[in-house]
Amino acid sequence: MYPQEFFFTRDHEWVKVEGEIATVGITDFAQKQLGDVVYIELPAIGTVLTVHQTVGAIESVKAVSDVFSPLSGEVLEVNSALNDSPELVNQDPHGQGWIVRLKVKNKEELNQLMTASEYEKYVESLEV
Amino acid sequence: MSYIPLSSREIQAMLQKIGVLSPEDLFRCIPEEIRWTKPLELPPPLTEPELINYFQDLNQKNSYPTFLSFLGAGAYPHTIPTVVDYLSSRGEFLTPYTPYQPEVSQGTLQIIFEYQTLICQLTGLEVANASLYEGATAAAEAVLMAYRIKNKPKILVAQTLHPQYRQVIATYVSRLGLRIEEIGFNLESGRMSLDDLKKHLDEEVAALVIQSPNFLGVIEEPGEAFSLIKEKGALTIAVIAEALSLGLLQPPGKYGADIACGEGQSFGLPLSFGGPYLGFIACREEFIRQLPGRVAGQTKDAEGRVGYVLTLSTREQHIRRERATSNICTNQAWCALRATIFLETLGRQGLREMAYQNLQKAHYALERLTSIPEISRPLFGPFFNEFVVSLKKPVNDVFTELIKRGLIPGYILEKDYPELKNSLLICVTEVHPKGAIDRLVSAIKEVLS
Repeated sequence: MYPQEFFFTRDHEWVKVEGEIATVGITDFAQKQLGDVVYIELPAIGTVLTVHQTVGAIESVKAVSDVFSPLSGEVLEVNSALNDSPELVNQDPHGQGWIVRLKVKNKEELNQLMTASEYEKYVESLEV
Repeated sequence: MSYIPLSSREIQAMLQKIGVLSPEDLFRCIPEEIRWTKPLELPPPLTEPELINYFQDLNQKNSYPTFLSFLGAGAYPHTIPTVVDYLSSRGEFLTPYTPYQPEVSQGTLQIIFEYQTLICQLTGLEVANASLYEGATAAAEAVLMAYRIKNKPKILVAQTLHPQYRQVIATYVSRLGLRIEEIGFNLESGRMSLDDLKKHLDEEVAALVIQSPNFLGVIEEPGEAFSLIKEKGALTIAVIAEALSLGLLQPPGKYGADIACGEGQSFGLPLSFGGPYLGFIACREEFIRQLPGRVAGQTKDAEGRVGYVLTLSTREQHIRRERATSNICTNQAWCALRATIFLETLGRQGLREMAYQNLQKAHYALERLTSIPEISRPLFGPFFNEFVVSLKKPVNDVFTELIKRGLIPGYILEKDYPELKNSLLICVTEVHPKGAIDRLVSAIKEVLS
């Protein structure tokens, strides 16, 4: 259900690391909770982040939620397609709905995150 | 839900249900020693006719015909077409609550949408919110917006911005670490001093706040000031205290304002006791998510029919406190309704005509007043419906004498602007017939001679 190569946070962000680049988004569980996404506040390119720092915000018809960075790094790229099509976060949260790409400093931070199966168990416990 | 007070039988039934003997028992948890046991020091109740008489007497104390008033200074006497009272007092408009459920609030939402559209048209800006409380807090909200957008610690405020607006802004920013620096005005023109602005302008500035027509009645020309501000990467905020001026003067959006805000009382709201009034705010579309309060929008329902909703309502009510753009959580719906009816009744031409009459009458008044040798015009800047005159005699004495003659000649400026000694801010609108202006002139002439 959740891509095996992703890592997950307790705040429902996912991160995929390829070499030195990490792509970050929110999970399918999160997008369902949020409802229809209408706007995403994206960070400036070059922003330096520490783990768990706010990297942006997602506004749905119900609420505005912070997006936290799963890893430390520097913002290389933001998904500007989300400006005109915020619904991508709902439609394809693990693919086209990605939010930022970071240049990562410390891959050992991944050890703090959950694997796909751990995250699935975590989500099940929440849905009870 | 019925709004009828409870009968003693209903109260007894409720108390019985929850197993309580009397209403006082519900307050047992409040310690004896802090309970108020004496009777409240209130006058006895009045009957309806006595109450009506009481307020009528009070009202007579400063209204026409007891007094003929030429007071402006942030609250303006204007004509209110009777249709405004008539329509706004209809139950459907007077009693509904906030339109949280669009399916049952289409009327309210449509009015808010029309109001916002009118504000955009009058200010020349792209988006407006559903209204704020009044002009002073609207100016404060604009300052907070600029601070959030630019994240810089300094705000420049023209000294010719209404003194109470400046006080409210200072209150709003007092805990934020935002610095307010005032920009002085040119004593000859009455306009904000460009030289003083240049002295204070640096990279730390988030915005400039300027009022036009300003508190002294003078119409500013902020074009050059705004260019300087934009070069420094700061925002330009135009404040309008006399909304009717927008019927004749250039819209703020056209002379470079990023945010326009102010007081809408002139649009169909009586002076009352200083309120309820109507704050408005509008801005460029790029700042739409930084607007406080709520924004109504037009959309289509599932069947493709046009409908209205609160498009942006997650400004402070539905999100976490840290993300809120304000604490207002509301708007002045009924006042905005009156303004909407007022503007739609007058139309573009009617509003312009009303504004033009203000201009004409105020200029006539100044002309007649300055023909009196003891009166001069200290500020040469152009004006709309308010102007400053200086007297050769102490203004307080002249004021007292005019009060005895049933006239309130204007606002004494010295306490707010010590440079303007023995000066009065006089406001003349379309409600002042020529005879009333002539009466003021004769009385002042008599008192001064």
